Amino acid sequence: MYKEAHELNFKFRRLTRQERRNLRLGLAFISPWIIGFLILTLYPIAISLFYSFNNFGLLSPPTWVGTQNYVELFTRDDKFFTSLYNTVFFFSLAMPASVVAAFFLALLLNNKLHGVTFFRSVFFLPTIVPTVASAAVWMWLLNPQWGLINAFLRLIGVHGPPWLSSPEWAKPSLVLVAIWTIGSEVIIYLAALQEIPRDYYEAALVDGATLWHRTRFITLPLITPVILFHLINGTIWAFQYFTEAFVMTGGGPANATLFYALYLYRNAFTNLKMGYASAQAWILFFVVMVATLIIMRSSKGWVYYED
Amino acid sequence: MRTDQALSGGNRAVLHRRRLAREALNRIVLYTILAFCGFMFVMPFLWMVLTSLKQPQEIFTWPPIVFPDSPQWLNYAEALKYAPFGRYYLNSIFICTLVVLGTLTSNTLIAYGFSRIHWLGRDVVFIIVLATMMLPAQVTMIPVYVIFRKLGWVGSYAPLIVPAYLGSAYFIFLLRQFFRGIPFELSDAARIDGCSELGILRFVILPLSKPALITVTLFSFIYTWNDFLGPLIYLHDEELYTVTLGLQSFISRYWTPMNLLMAASTIAILPVLVIFIWAQRFFVEGISITGLSGR
Repeated sequence: MYKEAHELNFKFRRLTRQERRNLRLGLAFISPWIIGFLILTLYPIAISLFYSFNNFGLLSPPTWVGTQNYVELFTRDDKFFTSLYNTVFFFSLAMPASVVAAFFLALLLNNKLHGVTFFRSVFFLPTIVPTVASAAVWMWLLNPQWGLINAFLRLIGVHGPPWLSSPEWAKPSLVLVAIWTIGSEVIIYLAALQEIPRDYYEAALVDGATLWHRTRFITLPLITPVILFHLINGTIWAFQYFTEAFVMTGGGPANATLFYALYLYRNAFTNLKMGYASAQAWILFFVVMVATLIIMRSSKGWVYYED
Repeated sequence: MRTDQALSGGNRAVLHRRRLAREALNRIVLYTILAFCGFMFVMPFLWMVLTSLKQPQEIFTWPPIVFPDSPQWLNYAEALKYAPFGRYYLNSIFICTLVVLGTLTSNTLIAYGFSRIHWLGRDVVFIIVLATMMLPAQVTMIPVYVIFRKLGWVGSYAPLIVPAYLGSAYFIFLLRQFFRGIPFELSDAARIDGCSELGILRFVILPLSKPALITVTLFSFIYTWNDFLGPLIYLHDEELYTVTLGLQSFISRYWTPMNLLMAASTIAILPVLVIFIWAQRFFVEGISITGLSGR
């Protein structure tokens, strides 16, 4: 013990003047981050955990209630389970659709054609416009009576569903909007596709592999790390999914789009149940962590790493 | 022998022609699929603009009228009267300007500290920076609100602007990646000439980092322009509303004329659209560098 401490001490003393100067300089340069980290991240994390064990209505100081918030969430709050169910359901609908759409569009863009950069921009565009504005546009497109989508369906003889105003179709409607905003993932998939050496395909062609075989046995395995990344990001995205639902459905109809982050927001800022909402936030954090770990663990079975 | 050779030569020509034909066919199929997908992606925007130019009686019709009889440009003036979008515009531009300034100053300094100076424990601290990116915003949202409330900042722009001056993990990461690629001989030479670290950042690193700085500027501008949750939580006075918050209150009114709502949406999208068309390669590169969508 003493010896180790001594050695440590010795190490410290061995910091040359240059090293000490660099340490001071480095810390000085990152000092804005240190302040932000302490005030806007570290302290909030600690106090949020504290709030989650308190009754805290913002107007009066927090009062300790132990695990009551958590107990209530898990045993008495039907809306909490609805929000959890909605989020998981939405995730399991949107995620596979997003992976397929992003992969497909990236495959299209990976061809040597004139004007692919134009199409890349077209696919990317919906991701950078304000969500509130695109929500307004989609509410109009999905209007059951006069919307363009149902007008088109009527044209081909299909009676379109009431989309956002029906409990069954509200979530699929939002999945549709989510696929429309897949552009940044497309670019990430495309970057990975462009890294695949051409020789692999040439060798496969010599062996007479069809387009399907090349995609299935060369492209897909080599793209699995990106799919893993997309899956992990998608979990976090689903649990933070907020603006679209807030603007387009407000959680309705019949709580069909009451997603996790939306219910959390409501408890915190509409009902002013800040302690309760903090408990929700910690459950969110925990669920996302566990989901990420499960996905990472499972990835050994399906993600292909070269060498 | 001769005929054989001639035949095989002819065969080869036929095969070659067939291959060309097949490639041309492939190309046509690919372009058709691309054009179809591309159309589906721009269709909502087209429909938005078309609706914004229609007269009320052209909106609720069967079959739908695609092109308005005479484009109603006055709808835009009408929308601006219906809700004070001019005011919202100025508010958003004000916030965005200060946020972009803060983002650029703080993150260049921080990224410099993480990439161009070797100090004990740097890489451990950097891992903490990366780890904060994994933290769901919901966890810190409530305490941060409480802090800003105690400071008396709720209802003002301060909670939307001040954090930008304290760095953001995403931009630190992006700039650090870029700064690391600049040859260290350049800073060493400047140091020997007696240049301070700030001087090196200002005169050596920044002039060589224009693409990265432009990317940061664009992303932080657009992110702030599009932000909804922040203004929703912190702004209550309609005078202070940003474009997105104003548009949301426009949507949620009981009866909003659809053509005016689409005109307002077009107005909200316009600056982002102009910036994107003008500087799209920076967005694509920004995403490719970091592998993150920045949302």
